[in-house]
Amino acid sequence: MSIKLECHEANHVCDKNQYKEATFWEKVRLNIHLIYCRACRQYTARNTKLSKAIKNPKVKTISVADKEALQEKLQRELSK
Amino acid sequence: MPINELDPTKWVESYSDYLYNYTIVRVNDHEIAQDLISETFLAGLKSKNNFKGEATERTWLISILKRKIIDHYRKINSNKGKAEVRMQYTDEDSEGDWLEEKVSDPFDKTAEDQMENEELGTAIFGCLDGLPDKQATIFRMKTIDGFDTEAICNEFDITPSNLWVIIHRARKAMADCLETNWF
Repeated sequence: MSIKLECHEANHVCDKNQYKEATFWEKVRLNIHLIYCRACRQYTARNTKLSKAIKNPKVKTISVADKEALQEKLQRELSK
Repeated sequence: MPINELDPTKWVESYSDYLYNYTIVRVNDHEIAQDLISETFLAGLKSKNNFKGEATERTWLISILKRKIIDHYRKINSNKGKAEVRMQYTDEDSEGDWLEEKVSDPFDKTAEDQMENEELGTAIFGCLDGLPDKQATIFRMKTIDGFDTEAICNEFDITPSNLWVIIHRARKAMADCLETNWF
C-alpha cells in the first residue's frame, strides 16, 4: 500500500474522519496528503468547519417523540 | 414561475427543526417553542386555502410563525406589573459601591460570539432544506441523528460507498450554502 493518496481518496478519508470512522493509518496518509495538496487542505478546513457548526449546542432539534406527537396532532386535524 | 403546493403531511418532517430553531432564539423556552410550532401548523392547516402558491411552503409557514411569536410577546406583556425589571447594583460578595466593577468588559468577546451563534440553527436547517430530498435525509440521519453507516445502508438499500458519495455531495452543498449565508 502506497503512502500517497489520490485527491478523491483523501476527500473520502476526510469525510469519514468527520464521523470518526477513519482508521489511524488512513489519517496518517490523509495528513501526509494535506502537506502538499492545497485543494484538499481547503476542503478539509471547510469540512471541519461544517462539522463544528453542526455540533454547536445552539443547533437544536426536536426529539423524535415530540415530533411524532406533533405529527399525530396534525394528522388528526387533517382527517377531520 | 412554478406554483408551490402545500403538503401538510410532510410539514413536521421537513420544517419542524427549522421552525424550532427559529422560535427558540426568540422565545427561549422549549415548551413555548413547541406550542407555538404546533399552533403554527394547525393555523396553516386552517388557512390552507388562502395559500396562493407564490411563496414556498417554508416562507409561508414562517410568516404564520412570526405572527404567533408576536402574539406570544403581546400575551406576556399584558402582565405588565410582573414584567418590572429590578436592577440590583450591589450584591453581598462585593464590598463598597464600585461602579467600575459593573461596567461590561469590552475584551470579553464571548457574549458577542454567542449572539452570532444564535441563528446558526436556522441557517443550517435552511440549507438542509435546499438539498435534494435523499441527500438531506441521509445527511440528517448520519450527521445529526448519528446513525451507523450500516443502519442507513440497510434502510435505503445502498452500499457504503454509495452512502459516502451522497454524504460527500451533501457536505459540499452544505458548506457552500453556509458559506454564502453564514460564515
